[in-house]
Amino acid sequence: MKKQTEQKPTADFTRPYPVFTPAMKATHTILIPDMLPWHFDLLVHVMQRSGYRVEVLHNEGRAVIDEGLKHVHNDTCFPALCVIGQYLDALKSGKYDPDRTAVLITQSGGGCRASNYIPLIRKAMAAEFPQVPVLSLNFSGLEKGNGLQLTLTDLIKLAYAIFYGDLVMTCYNQTKPYEEEDGSAARVRTECVERLKRALDDGSFRKLGRCTKMVLNAFAAVRVRREEKVKVGIVGEIYVKYSPLGNSHLEDFLLSEGCEPVVPALMDFILYCVINNINDAKFYHKGKKTAWLFAIVYRWLYGKQKKIIALMKKQGRFEPLHDFEHLRRCADKVINQGVKMGEGWLIPAEMAALAETGTDNIVCAQPFGCLPNHIAGKGAVRALKQLYEHENIVPVDYDPSATRVNQENRIKLMLATARENLRAKQEERR
Amino acid sequence: MAKLLGIDVGSTTVKACVLDEAGKILYSSYVRHFSRVKECVLSELEKIRPIAASFRVCITGSAGLGIAQRGKIPFVQEVQAAFGAIRRLYPDTDVAVELGGEDAKIIFVTGGTEQRMNGSCAGGTGAFIDQMATLLDITVEEMDALALRAERVYPIASRCGVFAKSDIQPLLNQGANKADIAASIFQAVVDQTVSGLAQGRRIKGKVLFLGGPLYFLKGLRLAFKRTLGLDDEHAIFPDSAPCFMSIGAAIYAAEEREESLDELAARLSVVQDSDNIAVGEPLFADQAEYDAFVARHMRSDLAFEDVRTYRGDAYLGIDSGSTTTKLMLITPENKILYSHYQSNNGQPLDIVADRLREIYSLIGDRIVIRGACVTGYGEDMMRAALKIDFGVVETMAHFKAALHFNPDVDFIIDIGGQDIKCFKVKNRAIDSIMLNEACSSGCGSFIQTFAKAMGMEIEEFSRLGLFARRPVELGSRCTVFMNSSVKQAQKEGASVEDISAGLSSSIVKNAIYKVIRARTPEELGDHIVVQGGTFLNDAVLRSFEKETGKQVVRPAIAGLMGAFGAALYAKENTPAEKLMSTIVSEAELRAFSYSSRSVTCKGCTSHCNVNILTFADGRRFISGNKCERGAGLPKPKDLPDIYACKYEKLLSLPHESVPGACGTVGLPMQLVMFEQLPLWTKFFETCGFRVVLSDRSSRDLYFRGQHTVASDTACYPAKLMHGHIESLLDRGVDFIFYPCESYNLDEHDSINHYNCPVVAYYPELLKANNERLTQENFVMPYLDPNDEATTVRSLHRALARWKLSPWLIRRAYRAGLAALEQYHADVVAEGKRILENAGREGRQVIVLAGRPYHADPEINHGIGKLLNSLGIAVLSEDAVYEEGDLVKVNVLNQWTYHARLYRAAEFVTHRKNVNLVQLVSFGCGIDAITTDEVRSILESRGKLYTQIKIDEINNLGVVKIRLRSMLAAIEELGRNT
Repeated sequence: MKKQTEQKPTADFTRPYPVFTPAMKATHTILIPDMLPWHFDLLVHVMQRSGYRVEVLHNEGRAVIDEGLKHVHNDTCFPALCVIGQYLDALKSGKYDPDRTAVLITQSGGGCRASNYIPLIRKAMAAEFPQVPVLSLNFSGLEKGNGLQLTLTDLIKLAYAIFYGDLVMTCYNQTKPYEEEDGSAARVRTECVERLKRALDDGSFRKLGRCTKMVLNAFAAVRVRREEKVKVGIVGEIYVKYSPLGNSHLEDFLLSEGCEPVVPALMDFILYCVINNINDAKFYHKGKKTAWLFAIVYRWLYGKQKKIIALMKKQGRFEPLHDFEHLRRCADKVINQGVKMGEGWLIPAEMAALAETGTDNIVCAQPFGCLPNHIAGKGAVRALKQLYEHENIVPVDYDPSATRVNQENRIKLMLATARENLRAKQEERR
Repeated sequence: MAKLLGIDVGSTTVKACVLDEAGKILYSSYVRHFSRVKECVLSELEKIRPIAASFRVCITGSAGLGIAQRGKIPFVQEVQAAFGAIRRLYPDTDVAVELGGEDAKIIFVTGGTEQRMNGSCAGGTGAFIDQMATLLDITVEEMDALALRAERVYPIASRCGVFAKSDIQPLLNQGANKADIAASIFQAVVDQTVSGLAQGRRIKGKVLFLGGPLYFLKGLRLAFKRTLGLDDEHAIFPDSAPCFMSIGAAIYAAEEREESLDELAARLSVVQDSDNIAVGEPLFADQAEYDAFVARHMRSDLAFEDVRTYRGDAYLGIDSGSTTTKLMLITPENKILYSHYQSNNGQPLDIVADRLREIYSLIGDRIVIRGACVTGYGEDMMRAALKIDFGVVETMAHFKAALHFNPDVDFIIDIGGQDIKCFKVKNRAIDSIMLNEACSSGCGSFIQTFAKAMGMEIEEFSRLGLFARRPVELGSRCTVFMNSSVKQAQKEGASVEDISAGLSSSIVKNAIYKVIRARTPEELGDHIVVQGGTFLNDAVLRSFEKETGKQVVRPAIAGLMGAFGAALYAKENTPAEKLMSTIVSEAELRAFSYSSRSVTCKGCTSHCNVNILTFADGRRFISGNKCERGAGLPKPKDLPDIYACKYEKLLSLPHESVPGACGTVGLPMQLVMFEQLPLWTKFFETCGFRVVLSDRSSRDLYFRGQHTVASDTACYPAKLMHGHIESLLDRGVDFIFYPCESYNLDEHDSINHYNCPVVAYYPELLKANNERLTQENFVMPYLDPNDEATTVRSLHRALARWKLSPWLIRRAYRAGLAALEQYHADVVAEGKRILENAGREGRQVIVLAGRPYHADPEINHGIGKLLNSLGIAVLSEDAVYEEGDLVKVNVLNQWTYHARLYRAAEFVTHRKNVNLVQLVSFGCGIDAITTDEVRSILESRGKLYTQIKIDEINNLGVVKIRLRSMLAAIEELGRNT
């Protein structure tokens, strides 16, 4: 424990960058990268209502990747490349006035290099659009005075939006592969999102029970075929796990292969971030002063999650979301909850929880060379297989130059085993 | 029941097989498809027409997916197909290993079925072997025959072809035996399979070997058997190996419906090429545009002088490059008398000697060679062997040559066979140098390899690209990735022309965006000179001009610029009074011969593989050594190298000697222990344990733990850790102690003080992947060394078995921290001493800035010693950072070790005789962030930035060139200011 002995002068190597001033709220369009289409639809709606002109980007293609490649170091992770590529491609499209546009990204502040996305984006912007401010959405006290100013009500609304987004995604994924009439699940999804938006506007979003039942009943009304399909869980690094741009439309690919994609909830990642702060205080007496606040947030969020799970169980039609406390117990079987960088212990926890709920087949999506995933992803596979004999995991690296054929071939190998396991299981039952 | 047809469409071949009702093989074939997949499959269908008119069909293979989907033909994944065939034909198999053109697979049949394929970044496949054979300029069959006669095996990186190349090329240049190299290549493939694929699972029992390479190559078979310790009974090489997957596919076909051949062929022949490949603009709109382009570049040429009639002085330049040798003889007026360009084919020394003989016969006694100079990889050897007057580092040679063509040049880019060199020039001096890293070398030899694979000469192949209508976009990462992009484009139906043009554009994009890291073309400057053999390719040149939007100068001698620069150097540096070069005379050349032999140097623990060339006159030349000792020279007086000093200091900490009442604890000497060893030795000693350290790192140690490596793209220090754990387990310690630390020591100079994720949590990975580790023998508490209370609590719990009191633990922990602080103080004091001495002696100092664990000689490969041999004192980042100011940087400064880098860089900017070289481990994700920032700190204050990437590659040739270029540039900068 070195103490600082003398006060050294400070050399400043920073380059100035534009800051997002409160006045810009009225003038600037804020772009956010694509990650979870339906969640973001709701989140954006909330932010728009509190006065921010937010827009989710949906641009794709080689131009996006090329822009990313130009501006991001070879060895930096793929998500940074996608996000930066998306921003620049959008700004160059002429659709946005660079003088009246800002870009927004979340920042976790953990020990993973993903915390450095903001400086990386700033560097890219400095080269092409130096006037565009880069905003950080974080809860670690980074980037003070350069972010969104959200009220407590806004935050609560956002939390509900994430819960509802998770619920819609889960129900949709469990309905879509079995729908009798093509497109009926998608139609219900759009309906639900619209109704939830209205609920967010008129305040009825706080009626968790009513909203949850609305979604559950809407999806339960879709006519489905009774058949058994291979279920494939998607876990991994948060961006490539969810973002179609990041994972070459993995969900669509799995659907086209006749599988049911099982995508764990976004709220689990948020609870994971919250609990890590509590753990830090418990393990290392670090950040003790704010730990109580995180504890309150955790209790509140977890309470809501439990209620949704209870309602899902009561209705009985859908496999419910994971209970977060259960996820933590799953993690303890494989890895210590001290592994908190990147997605850390959440990845093995989700893989274990999926295995316990009948989803043996898993795609562990990670950017090529992802550091935390060496340990929590690929590194944990062997331990998981010892615990769950039938678990069938394929780690897939995503990278600008890795070919899609290469990725899909690996997933197909996993699916071949999955189908065989399913057939064996069905025969056993007979 | 109908006959079964299985077709396996792999990345390079098509295999077909027909089974009858009883499963008997009626027909099987194995043909290369040269990327004409559809045509090849159709011709196979014609061949089987005599057998029957209709079949049940199933396709498999990586390239079969596309045509199966579009032709609506049943498809089975190839590993699954193999699995089906194994169960039918070899039901008692335990493990199957299959090497294909681009894939490598392992199927564990017994003890928990598992099927694995190589990741996206992995060589060790058939394509890798092909590539290596091309490099050796022999056929794969010849390589196989050679391998059987090998006497020794060199360590060769197998993870990717690019790496292996940089291991092999120096061996070739040193004149190592081709047979040994061939065997080493096969061994590398085996190592890659065992570590990259098996990942913690042992390959044992009855092993089935499948796929083309394993069927055709006896040397490879032998290497597998030897490495896995298998006898003939347990290593099975089935006769049907090459078309095994197609048999599997045929077995799966039994479940499909019967179809007539005509129907199949009809569906296949109308399969459309998919349009989901990205295409770029054509390089030239028409012939007229091309002609104008050619005319413009014709203007940059040198004048010639007839060597048969000229009388007078001449200067000789030799560029002994990694893949080619170039010679040039010029007059004092810079006219070309003679030039030569040739592929090495392994023996550069013979080539140069032959060419010299030719030159002597041409010049007679009319022309006098006043001076000669050599540059390039083979510089030292050539100088020694042929008594050449001067040697110059190749970057300087290229720079000199470019200056000749455009005195206002402000940017030079040279793309050669193996490497890319770029210089920014200010005030006629090199301002910064950028060289490609091992992993982004999309260089000339790649096009060459590819042209050969298509059965074409490089000239023809590149000419095809000039008028391609739809050049494909192939990405710009590294050649291995490009390789599979090319294959995919072919599968999607891109023409050879489109691919040729696409490759040219990839090479250019790689150079601009990855090596130079330019964001906009303006950064490159206004007067650009391009050179290197690759730019003689008009398609590459055109792509470069298109991408940058600038007209550049390409000298007609682009491929000979190194030799030209060397000749210029000889001319400038030959004193007027010296009338004749020292280069071997015509008479001496007649008697010139040499023999080569390689041995392991026993001078020190590095155990370098050295190569000894013995010349007919009894002189010797030794290469491959890292220090003077290996070269048979007396050890120079100790030059200051803090890296060696730190390593010895750590290893001499008290351990083993102290008897421990409580038992023996093993500490693995890698990653965090390189920083915290003083803390934990003192801690355990105080608690009453005997401390045992793991063996010193070595490549052998790495191989001992290789089978437990879970992620082959992690950094080398992390992968070495597996070997350290094995060594401790073998030593029989009571337990191994290795803490998990999210946070490192807070040094109060950064926003946070994390460890990197790998350093922080590696114990978790070890525990999960090494079956010998248990709760009892592996103690890995989570702690934050900054917080005493929780650390003591955590250690107390972790060591509960020994019933130590919390008070003892706290006392021991405090003693440990004091020891750590003492160690830090010692390192800083040693740093000061080195700096002062260097100042007194007027010596250059280099801060090798990396991580504490780079002090391991197996990690830094003796770069410190290398710098010493160039007369330079070596410091480390942790010896100087405290002297640097606190810094505010653009990136999030939140890791302890990395914060030291920024401050060390700041420190360097204040000293005239101190420069910084950043050591970066391959695969270190965090350094992707720090390198740009350290560079910008240094450059903002007028210092040069140099980066060295290190990995398991044990070859310092490239590093040496990089360091010498930097020193030459520093010297020049010093002269100009």
